[in-house]
Amino acid sequence: MNTSVMKSATTLPALPAAAPRRQRSPGWLLVSPSVAVLLLWMTVPLGMTLYFSLIRYNLLYPGENAFVGLENFEFFITDAGFMPGAINTLILVGSVLAISVVFGVLISALLEAADFAGRGIVRVLLISPFFIMPTVSALVWKNLIFHPVSGILAALWKLFGAQPVDWLAQHPLLSIVIIVSWQWLPFAILILMTAMQSLDQEQKEAARLDGAGPLAIFWHLTLPHLARPIAVVVMIETIFLLSVFAEIYTTTSGGPGYASTNLAYLIYNQALLQFDVGMASAGGLIAVLIANVAAIMLVRMLGKNLTDKS
Amino acid sequence: MADLKIRNLQKGFDGHAIIQGIDLDIRNREFVVFVGPSGCGKSTLLRLIAGLEEVSSGSIELDGREITDESPARRDLAMVFQTYALYPHMTVRKNMSFALDLAGTDKQEVERKVSEAARILELEPLLERKPRQLSGGQRQRVAIGRAIVRNPKIFLFDEPLSNLDAALRVQMRLELARLHKELQATMIYVTHDQVEAMTLADKVVVLNGGRIEQVGSPLELYNHPANLFVAGFLGTPKMGFLRGRVSALHADGCEVALDAGCTLRLPAAGTLDVGSPVTLGIRPEHLHRAPPEQAQLMVGTDVSERLGSDTYCHVRTDSEENLTLRVRGDFTCGYGERIGLTLDLDHCHLFDADGLAVARAVRQAA
Ligand SMILES: Nc1ncnc2c1ncn2[C@@H]1O[C@H](COP(=O)(O)OP(=O)(O)O)[C@@H](O)[C@H]1O
Ligand SMILES: [Mg+2]
Repeated sequence: MNTSVMKSATTLPALPAAAPRRQRSPGWLLVSPSVAVLLLWMTVPLGMTLYFSLIRYNLLYPGENAFVGLENFEFFITDAGFMPGAINTLILVGSVLAISVVFGVLISALLEAADFAGRGIVRVLLISPFFIMPTVSALVWKNLIFHPVSGILAALWKLFGAQPVDWLAQHPLLSIVIIVSWQWLPFAILILMTAMQSLDQEQKEAARLDGAGPLAIFWHLTLPHLARPIAVVVMIETIFLLSVFAEIYTTTSGGPGYASTNLAYLIYNQALLQFDVGMASAGGLIAVLIANVAAIMLVRMLGKNLTDKS
Repeated sequence: MADLKIRNLQKGFDGHAIIQGIDLDIRNREFVVFVGPSGCGKSTLLRLIAGLEEVSSGSIELDGREITDESPARRDLAMVFQTYALYPHMTVRKNMSFALDLAGTDKQEVERKVSEAARILELEPLLERKPRQLSGGQRQRVAIGRAIVRNPKIFLFDEPLSNLDAALRVQMRLELARLHKELQATMIYVTHDQVEAMTLADKVVVLNGGRIEQVGSPLELYNHPANLFVAGFLGTPKMGFLRGRVSALHADGCEVALDAGCTLRLPAAGTLDVGSPVTLGIRPEHLHRAPPEQAQLMVGTDVSERLGSDTYCHVRTDSEENLTLRVRGDFTCGYGERIGLTLDLDHCHLFDADGLAVARAVRQAA
């Protein structure tokens, strides 16, 4: 009798503990290789960047790799280019986001509503800029469109008897915003157009019976339906727009002065024009910090849309 | 008031005629069911009435007002869709008040109408929920509530129960019937399910290939189908059909020689000639098993289906025609046996070569 009581006392609590572990282990086992690779992928560069940011590391003075604490960070933040760079980054990201979301919604809504011959071709044309390399499109804009002598805009200005504008010199940031928007608006259109097609037709018909006109349907049905894809567009574009580089490099080189320098370009500037790897690493970490803050804020703002299933 | 008059209504998609000339009158407070096989144009007809499709030709009149080219919102009709079509990001309350809000109705009036509809449909505890937090039956009720608050002249339903499971469908069917009585509303209801048609309708409209086959009360259609299509479409199990020829004519009927090997004297008259081909239709409940010496027809048995209350025995005649007979639930036919049958001659339906019902003789035995 004693033994049987003992046995049940030992086996009973063991059971519930064992069952869930047995269920969980194969899953962990299966994902562990990719998790390990991803961890390596992330931690090694991050660790190296952290390390570089804490030492003196200038390519012009090899061997002088003394530990300098947070000096690199201090120099980066107090650098004359930092404030303009940070502000330009925010302006660039914000305005391209606004342009691609607003025009993306309008264009895809119009495209969905209109039924004309050649709609398929128009769709392809609208989306194609997204597939052009940033350097190529920036060069096209620089030499064929914005150029004060041979650009299309200059020709247009002259046609109306106006003095041609040197876009890249007089409005450098605006020019960059236009070029980058031209590349990223198609992405928004692609996502939003696809989402638009999944709007339930019967909902629209129900709304028509309820007395809603095209504008009311757009406002009360289409826009709420697009909330989630818009959130996706904003998130993905933010990630890529924070690191815009090629467009600046090929057109304005960040100038004049710091007028079109963003953080990514500033870091490049530190590392490879001034050969200060330590300071560039510090800048990189600060950029990561800013990107994370932006991402967390966006997730806070839009995350409800992403997790809510509508 | 809600009197709908449809005259010679036609609708084609890309040159294909889908609705081919419909004439129909729907009177105030009627529960009208459009029934027919899939793809026969029921939904299209309903959508034409609702104004969601443009009419190709013909006219629709509501209470003497021509609404053929009127916009859907101005027709004073409300529709309940098969997939409910609730607005997913609006609460139940907002879903129901949407039409009234758009029309700029007074806030208190809206509130009153929504609570009234919620009370009727027992939706009060759900008013602040979103559609995705509701079960199928609850969503269906919200969709109906959305129609009720608008107090439309006619309610239109397009297969509203087909997304529900069997038990819920039976329950919602009863609720709809109750709602019709309670609201004293005019309703048009589309379904491919003949049970819904038979149980709900005051008037059944049987559609086939974009045309009306027959209009009438459920029992009228069941007992006096106008043609082979209606006869075969209504009733489960289906009516059995036997081919034959008229062998003789009498003052009070005719004699039909069936291919299955028997000659019956039927109280049918009409314009039949001796020798003309006919089809005899008989429902499962009007076939009876009989000992061979009294049988009118000898058949071989196929499988049986036991439902508990009844058993359906599928049998095959010598002319390879299938019949079903309905017997008591505790009764089974063996498989591959030969049994004798008698036919209830007063309940036989006779169809001529064009598939049209032959009028019965005046003598109607009970
Ligand atoms: N918008 C449309 N364009 C082309 N054909 C359609 C359209 N709507 C319905 N049809 C055709 O009309 C026929 C009847 O459809 P419908 O009225 O939906 O049938 P059901 O009786 O099953 O409700 C079908 O053959 C369908 O293919
Ligand atoms: Mg249909």
